[in-house]
Amino acid sequence: MPIGRRRPTLAEHHAALAHQFDDLDQQREASSLGMWVFLVTEIMFFGGLFTGYTVYRHAYPEAFADASRRLAVALGAVNTAVLICSSLTMALAVRSAQVGKRRGVIAFLSLTMLLGSAFLVVKGVEYAHKFHDHLVPGATFAFEGPHRPHAELFFSFYFAMTGLHALHMVIGIGILAALVVLSSRGRFSPDDYAAVENTGLYWHFVDIVWIFLFPLLYLISRT
Amino acid sequence: MSGYVLPQKTYYLVFAALLLLTLVTVEVAFFDMGLLNFPMALAISTCKATIVILYFMHLRYSSRLTWLVAGAGVFWLFILIALTMSDYLTRASLSVLGG
Amino acid sequence: MMATSLSERREHYLNISYGVKSWLLTTDHKRIALLYLISITLFFFLGGAFAVLIRLELLTPTGDLLQSETYNKLFTMHGVTMVFFFLIPSIPAVLGNFLVPMMIGARDLAFPRLNLASWYIYTIGGLFTLVAAVAGGVDTGWTFYTPYSTSYANTHVILTAVGIFITGFSSILTGLNFIVTIHTMRAPGLTWFRLPLFIWAQYAASLIMVLGTPVVAIAIVLVALERLLRIGIFDPALGGDPVLFQHLFWFYSHPAVYIMILPAMGVINELITCFSRKRIFGYPFIAFSGLAIALLGFLVWGHHMFLSSQSVYASMVFSILSFLVAIPSAVKVFNWTATLYKGSISYETPMLYAFGFIGLFTVGGLTGLFLATLAVDVHVHDTYFIVAHFHYIMVGGVIMAYLGGIHFWWPKMSGRMYPEGWGRLAALVIFIGFNLTFFPQFLLGYLGMPRRYHIYPPEFQVLNVMSSAGASILGVGYLIPMVYLLWSLRYGAVADPNPWEAKGLEWETPSPPPTANFEKTPVVTEEAYAYWPKEADVG
Repeated sequence: MPIGRRRPTLAEHHAALAHQFDDLDQQREASSLGMWVFLVTEIMFFGGLFTGYTVYRHAYPEAFADASRRLAVALGAVNTAVLICSSLTMALAVRSAQVGKRRGVIAFLSLTMLLGSAFLVVKGVEYAHKFHDHLVPGATFAFEGPHRPHAELFFSFYFAMTGLHALHMVIGIGILAALVVLSSRGRFSPDDYAAVENTGLYWHFVDIVWIFLFPLLYLISRT
Repeated sequence: MSGYVLPQKTYYLVFAALLLLTLVTVEVAFFDMGLLNFPMALAISTCKATIVILYFMHLRYSSRLTWLVAGAGVFWLFILIALTMSDYLTRASLSVLGG
Repeated sequence: MMATSLSERREHYLNISYGVKSWLLTTDHKRIALLYLISITLFFFLGGAFAVLIRLELLTPTGDLLQSETYNKLFTMHGVTMVFFFLIPSIPAVLGNFLVPMMIGARDLAFPRLNLASWYIYTIGGLFTLVAAVAGGVDTGWTFYTPYSTSYANTHVILTAVGIFITGFSSILTGLNFIVTIHTMRAPGLTWFRLPLFIWAQYAASLIMVLGTPVVAIAIVLVALERLLRIGIFDPALGGDPVLFQHLFWFYSHPAVYIMILPAMGVINELITCFSRKRIFGYPFIAFSGLAIALLGFLVWGHHMFLSSQSVYASMVFSILSFLVAIPSAVKVFNWTATLYKGSISYETPMLYAFGFIGLFTVGGLTGLFLATLAVDVHVHDTYFIVAHFHYIMVGGVIMAYLGGIHFWWPKMSGRMYPEGWGRLAALVIFIGFNLTFFPQFLLGYLGMPRRYHIYPPEFQVLNVMSSAGASILGVGYLIPMVYLLWSLRYGAVADPNPWEAKGLEWETPSPPPTANFEKTPVVTEEAYAYWPKEADVG
């Protein structure tokens, strides 16, 4: 008996089975593995920024501490809580898909979108404050104190990292919207909900990035 | 993908833990522990990330291959940061970004 | 030999549908492979054109053909085009796309639509770079070092950077597709250790694509942001370190050379075994050495930065790790040699390229050890020694393996045989032209001629003329297969399913294969390269 996965004698005529796969199990396995591999690329993509951050924080600790104190901890903490809530609703959306509760899927996905949007609104408010306070790197940057040039470096990382994160949130919300539409058309079932699960993986990953960004950017030196 | 349906209670417990740990992060930041502040903050974040990956992302119930993939991602990030810092940590102190 | 009319009536992936839309909207991995073949061939000749101008200028010691700014743009565009738009995609996107599903007994890759998207992403990125080239090009060197690229260059840095950034995603998605496919879609009975070593090599290269490319992507984004918005992450005036860019850049760009060479080594496994009618010597060693190269390759990037003000202690660590990474490559060369020993060797065109590869890759690899030696690199860094070293590997290695693979699988891909006599002639011309072009450059570098200079001391002229003469021969050598391969599509002998009597699932299909590759999913019961019965096995 040959070793390896079972040999299909008939193609399983399931509506959701793509032609290149032998059976739904294989399709699920491939889909999930593909998403995890993609998330690894995202780890490395953000990783470049975390590396630069580490280099400069190590080189200019006082400047980074000084600059970090100009960030609003309260807003950052609120946003962290908001994202954690959205991760809960996302996980519950996936669970609803697993047990075939279509209304639950739509409700929880919509809540996730709402919370994600709330995060972006708060972020927008923070950015507006920074702009107003002349803390955006470039020609308009102004920072009192001895650490001006290195503080600008901190804010470069602040905007690059939170900006890239926010971009990922926007894309995520877009995908969630598409899922809501598809779900309302009965696209998902307990046999076939890979898109919801994979979007969940993506959403949780974006949450994890923020889980690290919050202390690294906002809480360098608050004592 | 696990296909494993977790009870709702698990998700709510993880959620509560995450909120609690966030509170702790902020509290600890305002408490002066000297050099320990930074490692503490990273450690708490790592805890939070771990429970998100294990439970929200179902890694605890996933195949060994998925574990390997997730582990590889973290390991490679570590290589990137560690070897880059090996340069900056060992430069002569006279240079611009000297150790 | 099958009658021409018979194969024309049989349905296969090329004739199952006609029209531009059926090609531009295809999800068939074999058609996508051909789409890539056309695109990368175009970029290859574009990069070659830049090289021709460079070698013309270098015929004389004075700058009489080109201005220095133009020369800077030419070597930059040559590097960018060849590295990102030819070498990195070449074997994976053409041979990998065509063969990976077939070699594992699958109908297609795991994500066929993503595969098509990869090609479009590659093409769009290429268009950006082409537009940048037409608009005047970039002069930073393909390495885009800061602060020149961020603060001082007034050429089309951002346009080119965007093009490379976009194309990077093509590479990432191809790697992702291969990894998932190889893990989840192997035919029944096809365990990891029965896989053709080409698949192991593609797998290892795909790991690098997925883990490394995102880092250069973010580095490029930061350069573009700094240029556009003046946010100074690499700007010394703000306390930034230009060397940080080099860390992020080389973290990818060193493993990138393994993205190029691993698939090439994968091809060589297939050629050596087939044309010595022998199973590979040391299968597990070759398989694992590929993975070892993929891992170790990520630990050595600082050897590009020995002279950059990188800490000398870090440099020492990178130096010793660079010595280590040579070991798995050497293991492969020894194993290939042992495979040849007492084999029944024949000298068809693909085998000629394989021999060329082994010799030239060995020279290139050994000279890499000279460069890993910190004290030697101090003297030859940024000289023609470096240029010669990497061209021996990239051209003498990768391109030879690529051409060997194209010839080997040409009957499968096109259903036609290429003319063997012309094939052997071209291989010989390429080998001679290559060595005449690049061997003198080792000498030039050792004697002190810097790279990226369009003028040089007159005593270097003889070697430069030899190099340029060699380049013209090499160019002719590359044109010959272009002509006869195209010719063969219409006038070549119709190919059997297995004209080489090779082992491998791809040879158990008709030439060209049907769209779904296999009538029934094959079941694998024998090891890879089962050319000899066990008693006659020496290895």
